[in-house]
Amino acid sequence: MKVLLSILREFADLPSDADVVATALNTLGMAVESIEEVGVPVSGVVTARIVRTERHPDADKVTRCFVDAGDGREMHVWCGATNMGPGDVVPLATLGTTMPDGREIARRGILGIDSEGMLCSPVEMGISAEASGLLILPSDAPLGVDPFTVLGIEHDVVFDLDLTRNRPECWGHAGIARDLAAHFNVTYRGPRIVPVERGTARSIPVSLSDPSRCPMFSATVLSGVEVKASPNWVQSRLSHLGMRSINNVVDASNLVMLELNQPNHAYDHASVASFDVRRAKAGEMLRTLDGTDRQLSTDDLLIVNAADGSPVGLAGIMGGLESEVTASTTTVSLEMAWFEPDEIRFTVNRHGLRSEASTRFERGVDPEGVVLAAERFASIVAETCPGLVLHDGMTIARDAACPSARRITVRRRQITRTLGVDLTVDDVERLLNPIGFTVAPVGDDMEVVTPTFRPDCVEEIDIIEEIARHYGYDALGKSVPSSTVNGRLSLVQQRRRAVRRLMVALGLDEAMPSPFLAPGDLTKVGLSENAVLRLANPLVAEESILRTSLRHGLLSAVAYNRSHRAPRIALWEIGHVYPPSDDTAAQSLPNEHEQLCIVVADADLDTALHQWNALCECLAVGAQLDQSRIPDGFHPTRSATIARGKQRIGAVGEISPVVLAALGIEGRVACLEVDLSTLLRETPKPVQARDINRFPSSDIDLAFTMSDDVPAATLQRALRQAAGANLVYVELFDVYRGVGVDDGSRSLAFRLRFQKQGGTLTDSEISDLRDKCITAAQKSGAGLR
Amino acid sequence: MGTQSSDISAALNEALAALESADTPEGVRSLVSQVTGKKGSLGSLKSSLGSVVDVEERKKVGAAINEALSRLAEAADARLTVLSNAELLRVIGADRVDVTERALKSDVAARLGRTHLVTQATERLEDVFIGLGFQIAEGPEVESDFYNFEALNMPPSHPARSMWDTLFVDQDPQGSVLLRTHTSPVQIRVMQEWPPPIYAIMPGRVFRRDTPDATHMPVFHQIEGMVIDRNITFADLAGTIEAFTKAFFGSAFTSRLRPSYFPFTEPSAEFDIRRPDGSWIELGGCGMMHPRVIRAGGLDPDEWSGFAFGFGIDRMAKERHGVADLRDMYSNDVRFLEQFP
Repeated sequence: MKVLLSILREFADLPSDADVVATALNTLGMAVESIEEVGVPVSGVVTARIVRTERHPDADKVTRCFVDAGDGREMHVWCGATNMGPGDVVPLATLGTTMPDGREIARRGILGIDSEGMLCSPVEMGISAEASGLLILPSDAPLGVDPFTVLGIEHDVVFDLDLTRNRPECWGHAGIARDLAAHFNVTYRGPRIVPVERGTARSIPVSLSDPSRCPMFSATVLSGVEVKASPNWVQSRLSHLGMRSINNVVDASNLVMLELNQPNHAYDHASVASFDVRRAKAGEMLRTLDGTDRQLSTDDLLIVNAADGSPVGLAGIMGGLESEVTASTTTVSLEMAWFEPDEIRFTVNRHGLRSEASTRFERGVDPEGVVLAAERFASIVAETCPGLVLHDGMTIARDAACPSARRITVRRRQITRTLGVDLTVDDVERLLNPIGFTVAPVGDDMEVVTPTFRPDCVEEIDIIEEIARHYGYDALGKSVPSSTVNGRLSLVQQRRRAVRRLMVALGLDEAMPSPFLAPGDLTKVGLSENAVLRLANPLVAEESILRTSLRHGLLSAVAYNRSHRAPRIALWEIGHVYPPSDDTAAQSLPNEHEQLCIVVADADLDTALHQWNALCECLAVGAQLDQSRIPDGFHPTRSATIARGKQRIGAVGEISPVVLAALGIEGRVACLEVDLSTLLRETPKPVQARDINRFPSSDIDLAFTMSDDVPAATLQRALRQAAGANLVYVELFDVYRGVGVDDGSRSLAFRLRFQKQGGTLTDSEISDLRDKCITAAQKSGAGLR
Repeated sequence: MGTQSSDISAALNEALAALESADTPEGVRSLVSQVTGKKGSLGSLKSSLGSVVDVEERKKVGAAINEALSRLAEAADARLTVLSNAELLRVIGADRVDVTERALKSDVAARLGRTHLVTQATERLEDVFIGLGFQIAEGPEVESDFYNFEALNMPPSHPARSMWDTLFVDQDPQGSVLLRTHTSPVQIRVMQEWPPPIYAIMPGRVFRRDTPDATHMPVFHQIEGMVIDRNITFADLAGTIEAFTKAFFGSAFTSRLRPSYFPFTEPSAEFDIRRPDGSWIELGGCGMMHPRVIRAGGLDPDEWSGFAFGFGIDRMAKERHGVADLRDMYSNDVRFLEQFP
């Protein structure tokens, strides 16, 4: 929202220093995005009349202009524009002028003929973003003076404000000026109302056919209108505020909206002299002011000419093209209304049509503001229409659904509880009265009546916020609550951090791929795409599926880094995955949980196994490696499911060559993927200390041959069971395939270390253990070498 | 002719001289056994001792021989020590490596891994808030409309819902399942699950339907803070923001609150951080928890009051490390990741 300092200062005696005002605006919650000085006269640019023009035979793109800047001396200026002619008054930048864009005007020649300055366009004068020629000034303008003075362009300051949803009244200068006046403790005056001639009562009949959506509609007749150009100051202010000047009637209408947050519309009374506000019929058409033919539905609300039922405007959004005031209009029907804000917003979204009016109506305008707005409208129009008559008998059709002032009980205790300051009813009154609230004591507490221009204030806390704003956030002070809670990480969070530290220690880099996948991505990495969540409104189709595994993201990162010849690609991620819930209810949330995934390029199974073992150490957890269940997307003969019984908690091994080929990755890729939520949730009990056994230990080394089909883990498990309580550890220290071992088998050499509590193992005990182990191994299918 | 003491000392001197030129431990040992053997120069003198008739003389010569033998043994030990020291030095010398060469070899040079800049920033923030007495709460990223909007004082079709461009999951045509647009839904979950008083922060991933550019990502990270206790006031909010500012940025930084609007807090504020050079960082939003939100969390707003605040994590990382384009942070390019140990 653009705001002019001049209007604010007209409404209240505010400081002239724009920075002071800007600071106050920020302090009051109207964030100043930018401050721009506008209409600054360009020193050295003066009005000049074109005396005659001449073409030069060798310069077809430029014209020679001979101008008089008021001293009667003819000066020569080359000019590239074509929209001027003898007699026109134009801005002349004299030699030595520095233009707003920083350019210096120097004596410059074409074909050896000097130019004694430059004739300026509106762009060069810094008052417009585009122009198609010179700025042509009124032909009766005095010569040799500042062109801005001639045009009535005021030196002013434009604040661009970022307004919040809870301040609808700030969409008019009045609301902002009132807030600032309260802040600076000066009187709020409001707009200047010039008395205009009052005429006989001429009422306009109004029907409210849909009182829930339009519970208030007013109409006033103004006669003696002459449609012509607006006064300079009106044109200047509208231009500074980013609106185009149309004519005195439309400009007055727009200015009233910008000043008072009261959208309004002036119809030619000759064509619209009675109104109805009703729903559109299905298929009804309306050509709006922007020239678009709009097909309407029964959800749309129309302002119609009650005489023939023809629509004249899409209520609260845009007027119709055909009922506009024209050059021949002499009497206008000035319409102002209050529309239900939510419905305005829905209509805006339905039609994709937003306007200055709809922006204000969807936030809520003041249903009590129409009389003042009509008088202000008349005051502005009267300046160019000396015969203007404002007729009595303004129609204000009003239904009970129209909002009125609210009475809100505010507890003093609640003010203190929330703001930490103890305020009396008088204190509150002093803070709120200047911004339109009335405050009356009720026992210890108070009743606050809200102004109708503050529809956002509906309950106690809204009033407390207003108190805080005008008391000043800074003045409320700073204290630190004494937390009675122990700040700490939860166990799960501690364990997650431990995993992160482990990943770092293992030399792995954390990646953060997008959780959105393209259709086909999961299939590409060997996973199912049947049970996935999809976005209803993805930004692009390539980001429409919610991941069920981190693997695609990391493998894509491997491919990407490969293509950039990264020498070392070892990535990890801890992130959420979102497989759908088993509960098929539409509202059920997915089975969202945390996963850990590691991928290492140019690494084999051993790398992934090492990482899995390290993770088990880190989290004091464990699980079986089940090679009989090949994890989806993993290498069929070089990977295993990490399982606890039937429960699958992860996969370890190498990525399937088929997947790697699909992603264009060469070489082996090691991968570990685990359901981290499950592992983090486990709470290891504190380990109880064991005495160091001081008796000598004995090692038994045993080598077995065993078929490749039987997992080594099966043999180790058998040995462990046979070895019993005196086993300290069992370790697979050598694997051998080759001469002396049958094809399809390998030799597995285990070292078992034994140690007895409270004594030394005797030779015969050791020999017994050895025999037991061998027997157990043979039972599991191994042969002693 | 009897054994002369001159013979003994001559034999000893000869043996000692030979010892000096023995250059291996084996040479030393064989020299000693040769000299002291039956046919050796000292050994033969000892075996001829029996031929000395005079008892006194025999004692005297015997003692002299023993003296010579023990001197030889000492000298041999000394020689062995010299030789073994020399051998050790030789072995050590032969063991030399070029340390820089080893240091450059890739298996030694292997660097540690990295945590992501966002993780680093999150952990730093968490640690500061833990120091201020906060615990850390987490919540799901796929959320229900209730937690993301309705419980936060945004009933269906509330205009403030348009403050966030929401991504919806298509399983419910009514749009009740969505990707959380902020971490605020965790506030409600925490109030429902944790008994008050509550001092909690809620970092996490959030989603907006935004086209990625240098400063916006559709997937990014926020941290939310919430305090629920008895008699929590606006001053406590301002003081907590200030305490965080000093703890996280440094004691020369200060903070200020400016009025603003959020549906779930009232009074609401934006909070800015003032750098020591006087410039400002617009950090995030905050406010007193709206009574309706406290009620939606199952608590009585006349008994409990609180405040909440939130801001972006990605931007903190971006500014701390001078990352020009947020998209780089999510490129997963090792050349980017490896820069930040």
